[in-house]
Formats: sequence, C-alpha cells, structure tokens
Amino acid sequence: MITETSNYITFKLGGELFAINVHRVREVLEISRITSVPTAPAYLRGVVNVRGKAIPVVDLRLRFGLPKGVDTVNTRIVVLELELDGEAVVLGGLADSVHEVIEIEPASIEPPPQIAMRWRSEFIQGMGKRGDEFIIILDVDAVFSSEELVLADEAAAGNATEAA
Amino acid sequence: MQYNPADTYLQEAEDLLAEIEEAALSLAGEKPGGERLNQLFRAFHTIKGSGAMCGFNQVAAFTHRVETVLDLVRQGSIPVSNTLAEAILSAKDEIRALLAAGQPGEADARASTRDLVALLDGLAGAGEPAPKSASKPADAPHGTGEVTWRILFRPDPDLMIHGGRPAALIRDLRSLGECQVSAQTDRVPDLDEIDPERCYLGWSITLRTGAGRDAIRDVFLFVEDGATLEIEAVPEGSSAPAVRAPRPRQGAATCNALSRESTVRVPSERLDRLVGLVGELVVNQSRLAQAASHAGAPELAGPVEEIERLVAELRDDVLGIRMMPIGSIFGRFRRLVHDLSAELGKQIDLVTSGEETELDKSILDQLGEPLVHLLRNSIDHGIGTPEQRAASGKPARGVIRLSALHTGSDVVVGVEDDGRGLDRAAIRAKAVEKQLIPADAGLTGKEILNLILLPGFSTAGLVTSVSGRGVGMDVVKRQIDALRGAISIASEPGKGTRISLRLPLTLAIIEGWLVEVGPDRFILPMAAVAENIELDRIQRARNNGRNIVAVRGELIPYIDLREAFGLPGSPPAVEKVVVVHHEEHRVGLVVDRVLGTHQTVLQPLGSFLRNVGVVSGSTVMGDGGVALILDIREIVRFAQRQGKRAQP
Repeated sequence: MITETSNYITFKLGGELFAINVHRVREVLEISRITSVPTAPAYLRGVVNVRGKAIPVVDLRLRFGLPKGVDTVNTRIVVLELELDGEAVVLGGLADSVHEVIEIEPASIEPPPQIAMRWRSEFIQGMGKRGDEFIIILDVDAVFSSEELVLADEAAAGNATEAA
Repeated sequence: MQYNPADTYLQEAEDLLAEIEEAALSLAGEKPGGERLNQLFRAFHTIKGSGAMCGFNQVAAFTHRVETVLDLVRQGSIPVSNTLAEAILSAKDEIRALLAAGQPGEADARASTRDLVALLDGLAGAGEPAPKSASKPADAPHGTGEVTWRILFRPDPDLMIHGGRPAALIRDLRSLGECQVSAQTDRVPDLDEIDPERCYLGWSITLRTGAGRDAIRDVFLFVEDGATLEIEAVPEGSSAPAVRAPRPRQGAATCNALSRESTVRVPSERLDRLVGLVGELVVNQSRLAQAASHAGAPELAGPVEEIERLVAELRDDVLGIRMMPIGSIFGRFRRLVHDLSAELGKQIDLVTSGEETELDKSILDQLGEPLVHLLRNSIDHGIGTPEQRAASGKPARGVIRLSALHTGSDVVVGVEDDGRGLDRAAIRAKAVEKQLIPADAGLTGKEILNLILLPGFSTAGLVTSVSGRGVGMDVVKRQIDALRGAISIASEPGKGTRISLRLPLTLAIIEGWLVEVGPDRFILPMAAVAENIELDRIQRARNNGRNIVAVRGELIPYIDLREAFGLPGSPPAVEKVVVVHHEEHRVGLVVDRVLGTHQTVLQPLGSFLRNVGVVSGSTVMGDGGVALILDIREIVRFAQRQGKRAQP
C-alpha cells in the first residue's frame, strides 16, 4: 500500500506508461554495447559496463511477458539500486523510452486490478492516475526477485536445445 | 610474527557460538535428525575438536558432554524441549566464559561449569539407561588443599639464547592452577641499548594450586641457572582476593589487544571492495593512457606513465593480500598430529609438500576446518597403533601426507595415510543399518566409499574425544561444496586412504586467453588451456557431425560454443579449437578467433547471476566492453546435459 507522496520516474514499454520510485533509480543511460550471458534466461539481455563494473541488464518487456521489441534511439537503461535477499544489487532495466520525473499522491493511486491485465500483475504496486492517463507503478523488488532465477540455467538450457 | 593457532580458534569459536545461539533459539518443534540439530551438533563438535587441539582441554571436556546430550536428542531418545534449549544456551554461555578466561588448563573447574555438567548429565541420563561417570577426576581437586603461591622469576638475560621460552614456562604454570602474571619491566634498558636476543623481563606470579612447591620448582628446572627464583606460600586469607577477583578475563583481553596490533582482521567484503576498486582503476588507467596518446600531448606522457606504474604496483599488492601459500595453514597441523597421535599411543609422521602453492585467502580461511577433520580421521581411524601395524607387516611409524598441487585451473589438496584403509563391506553394512541405502542397492566401490560423506554416518564403533559419530565427513563435504570444490576418496584395504579436495582458484586476477565468438568475447583461464589448433569446414564435415577432432593422433571431443550458447552469426571458414584440461581429460572449445592472452581483474557477476554457472566472472575491457570469464568444468557439464536432452 502506498501512503506517501513520492517522485516517480516514468517510462514506456509497449505503449504502456510505467513508473518506478526515484529512490530506487541511480541513473538513466543510453543503450551501449550489451554482452550476452550464455545460459541465462531470455529476459536477461546481458551485462553492460557502468563505470567500470559489469551490471546485468533485464529486458523489461520480456520480463513482463510482452513481445520482444527492437532497440531504438530512445531505448534506455534504467540503472536501479535494489536489495535482493538482503544483498545490495545494481541492475539495469531496459525501457523503450524514459520520460519524466513526476509526483504522484497516494490519493490518486488505486490498487492493481485483479483481472484483465496484459502484463504480469504480481509486479504491480498500484495504478496511478494523471489526467485521464493510467500509470502502472512497479514493485521493483518483485520484478527482480531472484526466486525465478533459480532455474535460469535449466530453462536456458532447454531454450538452447530447442534452438539447436 | 608468530602465528598462534589459539587466536584462530578463538575467532572460529566466536562464530560457531553465534551460530549455536541462533539455532538453539529456533529449536522449538524440531524433529529428531532435523537440520537444526545437525547444525548444533556440528558446531559443538568443531568447538570440541579444535579446542582439544589448541589446548583448551576444559572447553573440550565440557563440550563433549553437550555433544553426548545432542547425539541422544538426534536419535530421538531425548525430546526437544524448552529445558533442552535453555541448557544449550547456558552451555554456549559457559563455553564463551571458559574461552574468555584464557587457557586455564584443567585443574580448577568453575562452579558454574560443574552445575551445568550435572544438568547435562541429568538430561543424558534421562535418555540413556547407563550414564557415564558424572565427573572426571580432573574436576575433583577443587577446593581441596589448594595453596596460593607467590613466585618471583627473573631469568638469566641469556635465557633465550640458550633456548628457553618464558611464555612456555608461564603456560606450564597455568596448567597447575589459576594464575596471575605481571611482568617486571624495571630492568629493560633504553631502546638503543636493547639487544633483542636478551631477556630483560622478570615476572611475578600469583598461583593458586593444589600442586606442591616441588611441582612449581620443576617448571623452572632447566632455566634456574643464572636466574632469580623465589617461591613462597601466601598464608590463606591474606592475598586470596587478588586471586579470586575476576582478573583473568582482563588479562586475556590485554593479551588479545597486544597480539592484534600486528595483524588486522578485515572482513573479506572490504577486501573484495578494495579489489573491485583497483579493478576499476586498472581499466580507467588504460583508457586514460589511450586518450593521452590520442591527444598527442607530450606533457601528459610522463604523469600517465607514472600512474600506470603506480596502478600496476597497487594492483599487485592488493591482489597479493588475498593470495597466501597454503603452507600458512599446514603449520598448525603439525601440533595436531603430534598431540593426537601421542594421546592415542600412535606414532605418526606428518609429511607435507606443495606448501608454496598459493590460494585465495578466502579459500584458505575456510580450508582449515575440513582439513582438521580429515587429519583427525586419519589419525584416529586410519593409522593403527605400532603393535597393530607390526602385525600387518608395516613399519611402526605411520605416515600422513598432506600435499597441495596446481592442476589446470584447480588446486588439489590431498590427505593420504598408510593406514588400514576403508572397509567397503563395513561401510555398506553400516549404511544399510542406518537406512541410508536399501539393503539390495547396487553400488560401485567408489559409490560405497562416498557413503561416508552422508550426514549421520559413522564407522567408528566407539565415541572418542578425537572424532567419531560420523559428523566429520559430513562437515567436510559441506565446507568443500561451499567452496565449489569436489571431494574424491580412494582407499585400498590394508594400504591406506587418500582423500583429495579439488578446489577452484577463485582468483581476483585472472590470466587468460581472450577469444571471440560472434559479437561476444570470452576469457578462458590460462592455466586450463593446453593449445590452440585450427578447424576447417572440411575437417568438420568429415566427422559426420561427431564433435571430435584429432590432435597428433589423439581424438579430442569438442564443444562448439556458438552452438552450445546459441550465439548469433555464422562461423568463419577456419575456426579455432582451444584445447583445455578438464579433470584428467582434454576437451576442445570451438571459437571464431583467438585474440591473444589477457591479464585481467575478475569481477564476480553478483548474486543476480549467481545461477549462471558457465560464467565465473566478468571483466571490463580497455574499449569499455565486457568480456565474460568461462568456467570450463561447468561448460562441460552444461554440454553434457544438453547432449542428454538432445537424444532422450
């Protein structure tokens, strides 16, 4: 439940507007050379050099079950600072485009709808409203929970076999 | 600087006690044989074993009782209750107090220790029809005929030149009873007059003991020449408070403070962070050098070169902090082998080799405990008494070989004894009895040997203070697993047993071959690479899709990295096969190009990619791109799984 007025950074994925609390965002980068990580799940695009450190980049479209997009000049890497399983982790999320920082009041946030969602509802913290536009506020911890990565190796092995 | 195993033990024990507290507090509802009980048991077992080795006999004796109770709980003879959890917690506090009191020998048991022993024996008695004798004779002399002595000892200044060791003398005194020592520094000359080989100190010691004047005098037997030695009894009552006061704790603290001045214990995360920062520095330095040469500004050349030198030196030093020869931990095992073999009436020589083999400090830190377990097993179960050995036609003195060796990208640490070997039939029977395997299980010889790695397995008939109860190998297995290593057991009945630990060199810096497949670059650890050969299409086609290449008559299987990893692009007409060592075999990895050798700083991939086994780390290249470091063992395993899936 969101109870405080916070600043959110907004970005687009497949035509929808999403928002992430600015506290979790370290910086936004233009897309650079991404090195793929063999055997990792498909939504993990690879690793990229951010200030001398290789950080994982997650393709948010694939993570949400949206079809794969094409990288454009607007594609951005949103560098996030998270805490996963008690460990500080820096991760990049790939967005179609990044827009602005806005303030959303708790009053204009509704709980996520239970049905009729095109994207995976367990990643959603709430639905913000701005004018007549809906903004999907993400639960970044859920998005990047490592729980589903446990089988990453196996799943990727399966994909690779199918591809071969 | 003298390495003191007791310091390491105290640090280890502190960690284990914290673990015990946590486990004991969440014990409610635990079933017999549950993981938490096993964890408690292992922790106490290690405290006991290492304690006995470092001379904390009182701690070891006390912990043995706790262990006995826990063993009964594990078997289900004693129920898990609040009383039990309380007893474990009190026992934990007691061990901490005993450790804090220093090394008091075993003469003077504390009242609280005796109370707890009674409680524990009561618990054990409830679960065991015939409890062991309630207290050791060593506990007995408390309060009977103890006298306080005041001793003044000013040794001959040449004491140390003659081989005398004041610290050893004082330790011997402590073994007689509660002891307070203060140094007399009045004869220490000015600094520039000090001859470091002479002893200027004297000691005044207050000792409370049941032993007589002669026993005290005996301690100084070989150092009396040229020394001043006064031993006088203090009338009861007059100075007793000085001894009774809880001073030893303070004394121990002072000792620790002194010894910590020379070494600093740094959490490994801080070291990792330092290594990470140096890695970034190295990368950015090379970018700076490139930029400077492009700019064509001659006034930059000097400083840039100087920075390059400094960064290289800094990198080597920082990485050097983490690399240590394995000999640094071998040293403490001599004492262990000596003491335990004496205790068990055995004659054993410890032969070490490969002490100079360097391993990452973080690995070495975690290697001590499993090696202690393995050595104890060899001493206790492997090598027999001189009589037993003579009966089987062996020399009276047994030999344990402790070795370390680089092989490929791994280090193999071996513990080998020339003892009686493992009895496969007995292991099998025991495993069936403990219901670890079905009675009709078809197992190979090697699989039978591996049964001893299972939790709760034990071949020793009786419980000794050294090992037994089968926790040892279980602990070893876990600890080696945690280091991403592997254990293999070889044993020949009558000839001996060899246990090999294969450990990865998770180094912070890695020397490797930089290769390219499609758009991506990878680094193969230098130590694993044997050679590079070419592979053209015709050769590939000739094999009818079998991935085998002939290298000077030897057929080597290969893994096509593009295929295995599903990388984009089409291979060049002539590909390269990098032949690498994998365990005892050679395996080829097919890549597009070999770009050359590359020395680089390895960055762990972080917890988010923890499950990606085929990549052991990453590194940032001079051009800002990222290259991944491949783990050859995992790639082979991955390819094998893939192969199995492809042909179900």
